[in-house]
Amino acid sequence: MLLAAVALIPLLFIIGYTIAIGPEQAAALIWRPRMGELLWNTVRLGVGCMAVSAVIGTGAAWLVERSSLPGRRLWHVLLVAPLAIPAFVNSFTWISIVPSATGYSGALLVVTLSYFPLVYLPAAAALRGLDPVLEEAARALGNNRLTTFFRVVVPQLRPAVLGGVLLVGLHLLAEFGALQMLQYPTFTTAIYDQYKSSFNGQAANMIAGVLVLCCLVLLMGELRLRGSARYSRLGPGSARPARKVRLGLATAPVVLAMAALAVLAVGVPLASICYWLITGSSTSFDAASLVSTATSSIALAALAAVATTVATVPVAWLYTRFPGRWATLIERSTYIGSALPGIVVALALVTVAIRGVPALYQTTAMLLVAYAIMFLPRAMVSVRAGLAQAPPLLEEVSRSLGNGRLSTMRRVTLPLIAPGLGSGAALVFLAAVTELTATLLLAPIGTQTLATRFWSLSGSVAYGAAAPYAALMVLISAPATYLLTRQAGKERS
Amino acid sequence: MTSLIVRGLSKSYGSTSVLHGVDLLVPNGSFTAVLGPSGCGKTTLLRLIAGFSDPDTGTIAFGDTVVAGPAQRVPPERRRVGYVPQEGALFPHLTAAANITFGLPRGKRRLRSRVNELLDLVGLDVAVADRYPHQLSGGQQQRIALARALAPEPALVLLDEPFSSLDAALREGTRRGVAQALRASKSTAVLVTHDQDEALSMADQVAVMRDGRLVQSDKPSAVYDHPADADVAQFLGEAVIISAMVSHGWADGALGPLQLSAPCADGPAQLLVRPEQIHLTADVSGAAGEISAEVLEVYYYGHDAAVRAKINGGPVILSRTVGAARPEPGAVVRVSVHGPATVLPGVPAGV
Repeated sequence: MLLAAVALIPLLFIIGYTIAIGPEQAAALIWRPRMGELLWNTVRLGVGCMAVSAVIGTGAAWLVERSSLPGRRLWHVLLVAPLAIPAFVNSFTWISIVPSATGYSGALLVVTLSYFPLVYLPAAAALRGLDPVLEEAARALGNNRLTTFFRVVVPQLRPAVLGGVLLVGLHLLAEFGALQMLQYPTFTTAIYDQYKSSFNGQAANMIAGVLVLCCLVLLMGELRLRGSARYSRLGPGSARPARKVRLGLATAPVVLAMAALAVLAVGVPLASICYWLITGSSTSFDAASLVSTATSSIALAALAAVATTVATVPVAWLYTRFPGRWATLIERSTYIGSALPGIVVALALVTVAIRGVPALYQTTAMLLVAYAIMFLPRAMVSVRAGLAQAPPLLEEVSRSLGNGRLSTMRRVTLPLIAPGLGSGAALVFLAAVTELTATLLLAPIGTQTLATRFWSLSGSVAYGAAAPYAALMVLISAPATYLLTRQAGKERS
Repeated sequence: MTSLIVRGLSKSYGSTSVLHGVDLLVPNGSFTAVLGPSGCGKTTLLRLIAGFSDPDTGTIAFGDTVVAGPAQRVPPERRRVGYVPQEGALFPHLTAAANITFGLPRGKRRLRSRVNELLDLVGLDVAVADRYPHQLSGGQQQRIALARALAPEPALVLLDEPFSSLDAALREGTRRGVAQALRASKSTAVLVTHDQDEALSMADQVAVMRDGRLVQSDKPSAVYDHPADADVAQFLGEAVIISAMVSHGWADGALGPLQLSAPCADGPAQLLVRPEQIHLTADVSGAAGEISAEVLEVYYYGHDAAVRAKINGGPVILSRTVGAARPEPGAVVRVSVHGPATVLPGVPAGV
């Protein structure tokens, strides 16, 4: 309950604030030309990025999973690799070598390259999970390959692709660093600017309100999708791998196109970082600062990982063992809380802390609370999967063999859920270690993380000095990405 | 080892009543099968005995010790019950040996001799001891689950449909292995199943459950030959049920005059004849009093065959014959009944 309440602070804060200032003032703040401009910017970037991501993600997934494309494993890794490069690092790598990559086209390019794997991954997993028996059945019922694709494959892919696309949308609404760097104003950058320039609570909070509304619209779509989509294969045994479609003469152009995508999404960022590392390290390289920021990044992320995972266990327990309306409500509320952009979470926590518990303002504890709110679902998914490994039946068997509750917990439940707890903590750690937005607003004075130090350096066009921080962040994120590809590989076998 | 005494047990979940006043006695060292269709409450009964949930009313006693009753509740870990769930439910993070010794006191868990002894009891090779559950076949998992349940020498062994997840070829062998192990360890055991072959072939006593009530409880041959009613008769196996008129120890109906297995008052009655009692032969003579029938369908199983036939001016009957001696559909055959028929208790239809 407490967890749900904390997770809902940002949402309740925005709603409460809007009610408190009254409808007229809220309307006056919302119906401004500036707001319309921001909305237009946000929507057209969102729609563009979601559409392009859907096409690239699904197409690439089909090529990797269902065609005779050579080197599937390599492509799989390359297509997931962009996730290891935080979007704001990606935009830095582009703008530092292509200064004209700003505005709508620049933003669309960079953000899409950063986020299309969010569609690729679920689409590839869904294609892999599709039982070819269904397609064979459709063929036997008189459909040719094309009609089978549209009548059987596409409907089954739809939940996965739509889910991925909505996730892209949510990430985009929350994206701050990349868009600020590309000088493309959206709601998040506007909130930040308002907050920094004037500490103007009202305007910032109202923009946040509209932003939250956008998030909730996407979230409703996502929740409905999650609720109804049950296309996964049931029954024992594993699906036979599907037969590959032969590309034939199209192989060369397809490989070229995939290579171009990989160069843009992975090659350019890495090359750019290397370039600045080589040319820039001579000008100003502060090893001591790199070590100290890395240390504080890792320490903060580790604390966040432990705190978030521990907080997740009771909720996940409730949800898997005593499913019901309350458990679902609590679980969903943690989910909604975390779908809000980091900037909104930070803003809400700042205001609530200043008014309610000033002692908390600018403390590590508060930053950890923000991380926990934002990254709870990552831990939740893993911990729930872990708990599913420990069905109540095993605990009952243990009880009947003479073990009390505590002994059962120690000998059966904990060993079984430990991998889930571990991977949940790892996911939170990797998300927190490169977190920028909330850290900028909430980090105690004097605390600098890799992300914030990188931000201030690249903001002052010290690209060479910023590069080591970018490289370190990519290096730290790489293991998670590797895990993602390996996990996919395991499902394949 | 102990006897199990269940008295007046009732349980409901919300407004759904699952058990109504179940009484069951399982003598010390005997094997009882609780037989019923799915949803009849048999698994609930087992969970109440194990202590995983509590009855609303009634008592459960192991010998002289009441383990569940008004104001009394012994937690599952102190009941000394060996529980073998469906699909084994082995601990996936432990080897077969560690699973088997899970319920032993800490000092004895390392004893390899006890593991080997139990593996031998359930008919497995010692080589499986170091394998993890996912490296074992379904039948092996089930046997390890039994070994794990038997290791702490429980007062009572409970088996919850332990063979239903096994395929037919494996099921028969595992059943025999389990039955032998239970007899060898002289355990008091309760098996819950919906499979009448399993219940009849393994148990000393079959308790038939229906809609949360215990309908009949007796030796396997007794429930098969003298079922409490037509439903029990049909649940335990294929049954031909016909109306007849009883007088002076003989019943006269569509199958001609039949001897009765037990004396019965004169008057109309319902008779049970098992298909294996009905013989169909080709030697139709047309003599008076001879019962003839036309063969409708033949289901051939190899070792035997089931034949559906319509008696001239009478009901459709089912006969089991040796596979090689089956008639062809459309043939006219002579019907004879071997052995006595059983009069089903209760009011016969049409009276």
